[in-house]
Amino acid sequence: MSTTGKFVQMFVALGLFAIVFIGILLIAARFSGRRGERVQAVSFVGPALLFLAVGLMYPAILTIIASFQNSAGDASVGLQNYIDIFTKPELLLVLRNTAVWVVLVPFLATAIGLAYAILIDRARVEAFAKALIFLPMAISMVAASIIWKFMYEYRPTARPQIGVFNAILKELGLDTYQFLLNDPANTLFLIAIMVWIQAGFAMTVLSAAIKSIPDDIIEAAKLDGVDGLKMFRWVTLPSIRPAVIVVLTTIGIGTLKVFDIVRTMTGGQFNTSVIANEFYNQSFRYDQSGLGAAFAVILFVLVIPIVAYNVVQLRKDL
Amino acid sequence: MAHQMKKRRSLAALAGIAAISLTAAACGGSDDSSGDSTAGGGSSVDCAAYKQYGDLKGKTVSVYTSIVAPEDEPHKNSYKPFEQCTGATIKYEGSKEFEAQLPVRVRGGNAPDIAYVPQPGLLKTLVSTGKVMEAPAETAANVDKFFGEDWKAYGTVDGKFYAAPLGANVKSFVWYSPGSFKDAGYAVPQTWDELMALSDKIAADNPEAKPWCAGIGSGDATGWPATDWLEDVLLRTGGTEVYDKWVNHEIPFNDPQVAEALGKVGAILKNPKYVNGGLGDVKTIASTQFQDAGQPILDGSCWMHRQASFYAANWPEGTKVAEDGDIWAFYLPAIDPAKGKPVLGGGEFVTAFADRPEVKAFQTYLSSVEWANERYKTCGSGGCVTANKEADASLLKNPVDKLSAEILQDPKAEFRFDGSDLMPGAVGAGTFWKGMTDWIVGKDDKSTLDFIEGSWPKS
Repeated sequence: MSTTGKFVQMFVALGLFAIVFIGILLIAARFSGRRGERVQAVSFVGPALLFLAVGLMYPAILTIIASFQNSAGDASVGLQNYIDIFTKPELLLVLRNTAVWVVLVPFLATAIGLAYAILIDRARVEAFAKALIFLPMAISMVAASIIWKFMYEYRPTARPQIGVFNAILKELGLDTYQFLLNDPANTLFLIAIMVWIQAGFAMTVLSAAIKSIPDDIIEAAKLDGVDGLKMFRWVTLPSIRPAVIVVLTTIGIGTLKVFDIVRTMTGGQFNTSVIANEFYNQSFRYDQSGLGAAFAVILFVLVIPIVAYNVVQLRKDL
Repeated sequence: MAHQMKKRRSLAALAGIAAISLTAAACGGSDDSSGDSTAGGGSSVDCAAYKQYGDLKGKTVSVYTSIVAPEDEPHKNSYKPFEQCTGATIKYEGSKEFEAQLPVRVRGGNAPDIAYVPQPGLLKTLVSTGKVMEAPAETAANVDKFFGEDWKAYGTVDGKFYAAPLGANVKSFVWYSPGSFKDAGYAVPQTWDELMALSDKIAADNPEAKPWCAGIGSGDATGWPATDWLEDVLLRTGGTEVYDKWVNHEIPFNDPQVAEALGKVGAILKNPKYVNGGLGDVKTIASTQFQDAGQPILDGSCWMHRQASFYAANWPEGTKVAEDGDIWAFYLPAIDPAKGKPVLGGGEFVTAFADRPEVKAFQTYLSSVEWANERYKTCGSGGCVTANKEADASLLKNPVDKLSAEILQDPKAEFRFDGSDLMPGAVGAGTFWKGMTDWIVGKDDKSTLDFIEGSWPKS
């Protein structure tokens, strides 16, 4: 289809979308009074619920059913897929990797973001420094992976180097190192990429939170003789606690979903595979849709506590 | 008054939106097929042979394949006569993720018109989805006339013929530099023992280089060159009977005979004295792309590279590929003289997911002698052989192609199709590749074979 054809199709779709929604709202505006309010509430929330039901709930239920079936999808195998995941060493490895990611990325990104926010708070170069650390968030994860792939690139020690880190190692007189091939260290090097991307987000939210701590609390603390690290531990941190929780949980959920980085850097090879990458491989490359579905369900189950905690925290703050 | 204004405004808004979308709907939907069209252009083609395909002016056929640059240019060029004479347009799309993406596209209802499937095993999997169209009668007639029985059998599933053979390649080659061999006084090995002795000699004479270089990186398909190694060696240690049993799962994947073959491959590929010339240590085999793996031969840091005939297209422009040139290939020697001189090879099969007349016409064209000759004529740097018996081999310009065509048409040659391509897709395009990649990086023989055996589909 030509480009103009595609644009026309897009505008047609947008137009139809607008008609349907404005139509619903116009009709809802006709009603008034108590009944009217309920009708209006339903007409606002209704479409969203409908899309959620069709696009989220229905596939979710199908996936949960598929996780109890074999790869052809025609016979039930009970819990066999889940048992396989927890007993086969290569699949257990995937869970181990995901656990390492989920533990390290949120805490490292938050810690770095927090430290950075505190250090540049009210400094002269604050705006520039903020822009610098936030820049990685502007690029896609695949783009970031390609950048880092060149940073980690390996050539034998004797040959000219094109990877930054190996060039540094060679200058220091050491042998060049295969960053992406040697497990378990390669998972840590992939984690570094995600931390690099997410630290900017953490810093932005936490910097705003730090700035919103009322000045009189800080002054009162200074008058009491609290300074430096003690100030951080007893005054700053408790005050920004809600923001830290939000940052930790958001980055945590994002980390559980990580797929682009692993797939672009190593394709999941060399023991770096994580859940999202593995269920793609199992479902689409190895034709084991039952196993893939089981992984997806496990991922879902892992995300629920974090989201629930988030919701509970939000309600408390309200 | 305010209520009147509001009413008028909302009516106006509704009318405006309706007008825009209706106009858009009326103007839209014009399907002018642009894209990778190579129609038009000078050379006078004799269109008599193309009359049978009818007038396909304005029609488009989409083709999805795993053949990417630089090997895709000659392909696109070979369709020009068909496009010129019938008026159809061929949209060519090549992707390194082909084996993973095609089943996804087919199941998602977004299948291409035609796909060049390099694995009969994957073809079987696709046929079971019910979306593959049986080959038209004209194509089947062509295949009966021009190809051997075994080639038709690869495209047949459950007695129904689906996919005609497209190209073919010979895989049992070892690339080397004839000049370097001559200067150093090395002779081309004729037996496996001579090959191993030569490897030792090269390693001893050249402390700065390594006798072998290899690379198995290939995106989603990483690991396939290592499967070729195992298949070539198993053909030579166990013979064609054991090979056939292994491919059909009549013997398990971790059978002792397979283990023996894997051990022999390991003696070369996992031997730090032999690999990885110009590229690093053993593990770099897993991280080097297959297209780059043979290049160190050109600067002398590597001496031998085992790879298929289509590797000819990957040498830099200007490299003379000839028996007396910069690069040439010798036949991978037999191991056990009692098992003969088997030849491992591969090919692609034209699989159709639509049965529109232009798609059928293109299928028939691809199985014809006209296309085979056109392919030989437009072949750039090599790797353009087909198994079409009536194709004019004298049109082949590349000496490696001529050699491959000779081997393919030799009735005495024991030709066997690439094993991983015949196995079920989940193994041959999945766990076999992954298993071999893990094996290169350090996994032991037994666990590798057990892992692949355990992944074989039960049904």
